Amino acid sequence: MLANYGYKDGSGEYFIAIDTDKCNGCGACVKACPADVFEITADPFDPLAEKQVAVIKEDHRKKIKYSCALCKPTGERPPLPCTAACEPQAIAHSW
Amino acid sequence: MITAGIDGGARAIKVLILRDGKQLARSSALTGFDQQATVTQALESALQQAGVAREELQHITATGIGRKAISFADSEVTEMSADAKATVSLFPQARTVIDVGAEEGRAIRCEPDGRVKDFAVNEKCAAGAGTFVETMARTLEIKLEEAGALSLKAEKVIPMNAQCAVFAESEVVSLIHSGTAKEEIIRAVHEAMADRISAMARRVGIEREVALVGGVGRDAGFIKALAGKLGMELFVPMEPEFAGALGAALIAAERARAS
Amino acid sequence: MTEAVATAQKREYWRWREYDWRDESLDWKRAGGISVGIDVGSVSSQAVVMCDGKLFAYSSLRTGSNSKTSAQRALEVALQETGMPREKVNYLVATGYGRVNIPFAQKAITEIACHARGANFIYGPTVKTVLDMGGQDCKAIRCDGRGKVTNFLMNDKCAAGTGRGMEVMAELLQIPIEDVGPASLSLPEEPPPVSSTCVVFAKSEALGLLRQNWSKEKVLGSFCLAMAHRTVELLSRVGVEKDFAITGGISKNIGIVKRIETKLGVEALKPSIDPQIAGALGAALFAKALYEKELSGNAKTGS
Ligand code: SF4
Ligand code: SF4
Repeated sequence: MLANYGYKDGSGEYFIAIDTDKCNGCGACVKACPADVFEITADPFDPLAEKQVAVIKEDHRKKIKYSCALCKPTGERPPLPCTAACEPQAIAHSW
Repeated sequence: MITAGIDGGARAIKVLILRDGKQLARSSALTGFDQQATVTQALESALQQAGVAREELQHITATGIGRKAISFADSEVTEMSADAKATVSLFPQARTVIDVGAEEGRAIRCEPDGRVKDFAVNEKCAAGAGTFVETMARTLEIKLEEAGALSLKAEKVIPMNAQCAVFAESEVVSLIHSGTAKEEIIRAVHEAMADRISAMARRVGIEREVALVGGVGRDAGFIKALAGKLGMELFVPMEPEFAGALGAALIAAERARAS
Repeated sequence: MTEAVATAQKREYWRWREYDWRDESLDWKRAGGISVGIDVGSVSSQAVVMCDGKLFAYSSLRTGSNSKTSAQRALEVALQETGMPREKVNYLVATGYGRVNIPFAQKAITEIACHARGANFIYGPTVKTVLDMGGQDCKAIRCDGRGKVTNFLMNDKCAAGTGRGMEVMAELLQIPIEDVGPASLSLPEEPPPVSSTCVVFAKSEALGLLRQNWSKEKVLGSFCLAMAHRTVELLSRVGVEKDFAITGGISKNIGIVKRIETKLGVEALKPSIDPQIAGALGAALFAKALYEKELSGNAKTGS
């Protein structure tokens, strides 16, 4: 499943997509993220699955553009810590 | 040499007249339906104050969202350039300027000579600009000018969950109903706004010193909240809403000199 | 006082009328498993009761100030006249905004998961894309033939594209919310869409258009078109696969639905059961699955 966390408002679209088929629940993103936006839990969108996956914490979902601001400077952008840390490449940012 | 800067903002038109780098006069008018008429009117009133005839203006530079519509200007400049120029002239030690206007928030990193190095913008969402505080003040039935003083009186910071001006209005209404003090509510509004503005500013890589300009620079509650989030003091000019017009007038002088 | 009544009526459309339904022909006493789903939303609450996976009874009521009592009331109303005591319920799943505050639910499940499952029941296994436009959020869900979510997004940050945004515009133009759809379609040709997405800025834009002597209907049309456009953009993030369904309060606004259909070139399915109960229905279906899982687990560990 592709879980898109984030929003679209007047200024643009800000979504982090987590591919739960690829995510192995290893928690590397949790450790890598300086803004502490990830957590590993039972998949809230697939209640019958047993798997633990990464999700974006509830209180970041409506302000993810700002939560991620530090990793996304206006100048040259270094690789994002979360996507770099995710070995199965389950994380994608829309902006 | 006499030049004028005109800032065609979303909410107000600001005009500022300079003679040899010194301010002669300034005036502002609410952006009306007929923008041309409003601009002309604001310019006339500034000229009158300055005791200067229109023909004496050597160069007029326009800035702001509405700059394209100011047809009689000799040149135009972006809001970022105007802000950076004005800031460095007002505070020579400033390297970052945060401009929060009615409909847009901006952070600009400047060169020592007032050129733009880098910038970030919050636009097209009322939650990221002055309109947010304005709307909440209206919901609280307080005047915008009172918001600052009231906010400073708050004893504690309560969280504000809504990240949208429309939903925040409902949140403010339910806070009022639950008996939360107005001071605390407006403080929460200021903190929420400062959260968004500081995150935006961090994207440009904040370099000291930092100045705050734009209409929201009159709001002591917001200044305190933003300074708190950034962990540093902010330089705020006496008339922060005229920074754009000042920058435009300074750039007009440069251009007049060059031609 | 009169003003309060007026606002209440104005908001009525998004709150829905209260109703309940039951299948008198079904004998619940012979059911092997009774599962219940309760959806406590920000404006309305539904309870669905199923016997062995068959729809038995449901209710849809206004949400009160307390999630727990709202859930309790919804269940009571659904069960009234059935003679079924609450103790007969084998498994209860809560969903919706208030789901975590319902202590008598065995499990809380997200609206997205429940919605997909509920839509699968209502529209059948061919439904692959569900757009749910509610009072305070907008969800785009893709699901497989069994109602399992494959791709989703939920936009609850921004009022644009939600019932609240529509309400703000209707209030500004002083048009009763239920007339918005037909009024916006009463134009000889489509006006250009308003350029601001943000509801706050769109409001100022609308005032400007009125000053330019645009009719209220034209302003509405322009706003509805922008809203439809925005929704289609949002949908494109998850992709649209047929069959396509629109649920939630805005699905009753023909001015939005028609424009979304035109933009997508796809017609939305017509429901056989009120899609308003999709969330609660999905929750009840999960309750059934979880109850069966529990039983088989007990069977393994027991004896
Ligand atoms: S971009 Fe940075 S802040 Fe955002 S989720 Fe990734 S690691 Fe965290
Ligand atoms: S409606 Fe709210 S979230 Fe959306 S753009 Fe406007 S202020 Fe921002």
